[in-house]
Amino acid sequence: MFEDLSTKLQSTFKSLSGQANITELNIADSIREIRRALLDADVNYEVAKEFTRKVKDEALNAKVLQSVSPGQQFTKIIYDELTHILGQEKEEIRFATTPPTVILIAGLQGSGKTTFAGKLAKLLKDQKHSPMLAAADVYRPAAIEQLKTLAGQIDVPVFSLEEKNAVKVAKGALAEARKNACDVLIIDTAGRMHVDENMMNEVAEIKDTVNPNEILFVVDSMTGQDAVNTAREFDTRIDFDGVVLTKLDGDTRGGAALSIRTVVDKPIKFMSTGEKLDAISAFYPDRMAQRILGMGDVVSLVEKAQQEFDQDQAQQLQDKIRTDSFDLNDFYKQIQQIKKMGSLSDLAGMIPGISQQIKDVEISDDALKPIEAIISSMTPEERSEPKILNAARKRRIAKGSGTSVREVNDLMKQFSQMKKMMKTMTKMSKMGRAMQGLKNLYKQGKV
Amino acid sequence: MGFFEKIGFKKKEEKLNEGLKKSRDGLLGKLGKAIAGKDTVDDEVLDELEEVLVTSDVGVTTTLKIIKRIEERVARDKYLNTTELNKILREEIIALLKESDAARPSEYDAQFQQKPHVIMVVGVNGVGKTTTIGKLASAYREAGKSVLLGAADTFRAAAVDQLKIWSERAQVPIIQQGQGADPAAVAFDTVASAKSRGADVVLVDTAGRLHNKISLMNELTKIKRVMGKVVEGAPHEVVLVLDASTGQNAMQQAKAFTSAVDITGLALTKLDGTAKGGIVIGISSELEVPVKYIGVGEQVNDLQVFDRSSFVNALFENKVVS
Repeated sequence: MFEDLSTKLQSTFKSLSGQANITELNIADSIREIRRALLDADVNYEVAKEFTRKVKDEALNAKVLQSVSPGQQFTKIIYDELTHILGQEKEEIRFATTPPTVILIAGLQGSGKTTFAGKLAKLLKDQKHSPMLAAADVYRPAAIEQLKTLAGQIDVPVFSLEEKNAVKVAKGALAEARKNACDVLIIDTAGRMHVDENMMNEVAEIKDTVNPNEILFVVDSMTGQDAVNTAREFDTRIDFDGVVLTKLDGDTRGGAALSIRTVVDKPIKFMSTGEKLDAISAFYPDRMAQRILGMGDVVSLVEKAQQEFDQDQAQQLQDKIRTDSFDLNDFYKQIQQIKKMGSLSDLAGMIPGISQQIKDVEISDDALKPIEAIISSMTPEERSEPKILNAARKRRIAKGSGTSVREVNDLMKQFSQMKKMMKTMTKMSKMGRAMQGLKNLYKQGKV
Repeated sequence: MGFFEKIGFKKKEEKLNEGLKKSRDGLLGKLGKAIAGKDTVDDEVLDELEEVLVTSDVGVTTTLKIIKRIEERVARDKYLNTTELNKILREEIIALLKESDAARPSEYDAQFQQKPHVIMVVGVNGVGKTTTIGKLASAYREAGKSVLLGAADTFRAAAVDQLKIWSERAQVPIIQQGQGADPAAVAFDTVASAKSRGADVVLVDTAGRLHNKISLMNELTKIKRVMGKVVEGAPHEVVLVLDASTGQNAMQQAKAFTSAVDITGLALTKLDGTAKGGIVIGISSELEVPVKYIGVGEQVNDLQVFDRSSFVNALFENKVVS
């Protein structure tokens, strides 16, 4: 549905090449495209208007650089401005000087508060804190049960009361946390509409009663234009400290993040990316900016690749390819490397261009499993000298790996093709240098 | 101040309504002045119309479509006054919203062609599927129908408990196997049980799932398929629940759920806030599925049968945060 913004800008800028400056007239089309892209990404109407005005001013003052195309330069201006608004650096939770640290979680119905509360408790527990959860959602049927089930999975205590009084639950939980020497108390509250006077009073009263160190406002990343209204109202009533964006494992552009950052000056502190309890991470403004613009998560990919890919091993690999001694042992090692970098679909999603193409195709992490199983079922001799595989050996391997002879054959065929291709590539361009060049391109945002 | 109170659905607050009327006249008045007797519409006025539609989450594509339709009508008919213009604007938007078909009536007391009439409820996480089912169960029961619930959300913590509480409130029986059970097996059992009990309506709850998770969408296809093995043509209705505060992503959701389970109707929840849920216009028009229900609150009777003109009227009211 969405075209990559930088591709669109490329075409609107065709007429601009050769000109020394960006002028009002020659960027009118581009400005319209940006505004459209932002609205398609659910950025609030007013916010998008204000944003494009700023970008226009900035662009008019910028000199057209020789080294990059005007389209690329313009994309960079937008990207920088977006990153700037989304926040400069990672913001963390503020802990109390004398424990327990009280964290209050609030938001609309269905935004993912309870799941987030469970995730936060796990994260803090992994960081050697001893968290306690308070079940202050006394309205939604079985909400307390849900929190208890989640807490049970991570072995964190939950405080709840029979009485349907959220303020009392919060108060009681605080006393209980002190008594049990829990150093963090996470209070999960009921989802509430920002226009519901009674419910907004309730959360304000909880705030006044327990005096939290940190109030987190949880927002569904798929939220549309209304995000500004809810964020503003919650901020007015409880003056929250940070925002949590949930359900980012969907395919939404997440323009709500930009809207909220613009109308309330509060940092986004966490991103929630799945149903499992460890699917939580700190917020990275640059990645969010790329997501809103549909640029692919280039920076993260480069970072990940650098982190996980051992330089020495890479060198060894290159030597092996050159001398034609790359065998199935090396192939197996490579698969392990790839697996370390994260799930296959995550990796593919980070590559610009590809993220759109594969959005309807799920790459299963299980895809590698039969390959691993087949290689594991081979003898060391077979792995280093695949030529010796005859029908009997293949039958044995298929049996041992729970696959079929055909799958073993397929793998061998793919392997030899891959080997051939790799050899050609190395000969052609000294792969190392090409890879370095590619990385530099990514860094400059050219790709 | 709820969305439907604003349009006079519930308690009327005269003062506020007057204020709203003013702003509504503001847009339409201008629109009228700008095009009276002409065969084109001023850019400034179209900009304003665009703002109203986009801020209601109608989306740029559908907004441009609506504007184009109005320009065409104006060029053809040369409308003269505000009242007439008001009328065509509403007509053009209403025309985009598909009507409910006779085989699947929305009214709770309508007769169904099959017995049991099986309704499967699907959607992404947190849109209000279970709550919608609870309200539907209660409404059907009040209309004198015998209802059976199926707790096929066996994934989310305590989802079965949540539906069970709703079943007690509505005083209808529920088929459940607990958390972690095979959802397709629960759906199968529910429909089989409804058949032997002679129930009128079956409501099957499913776990929330993001539409881009292929394996979970495949699971949904399977849940749907097994029901058809018990009762011919079941499920007769597949309702996609959408959260009114969701933006353009709702379109992707609708497309993905349509390709997995071929949705036949939409329920738009959480309209009691300030969100307008305008994205359903584009969805209804592009995928040709009617909006059937709207959720306007947390009480058991806060699920209303969708009315196209009330919905369109609400789009042209100012957003008011009380």
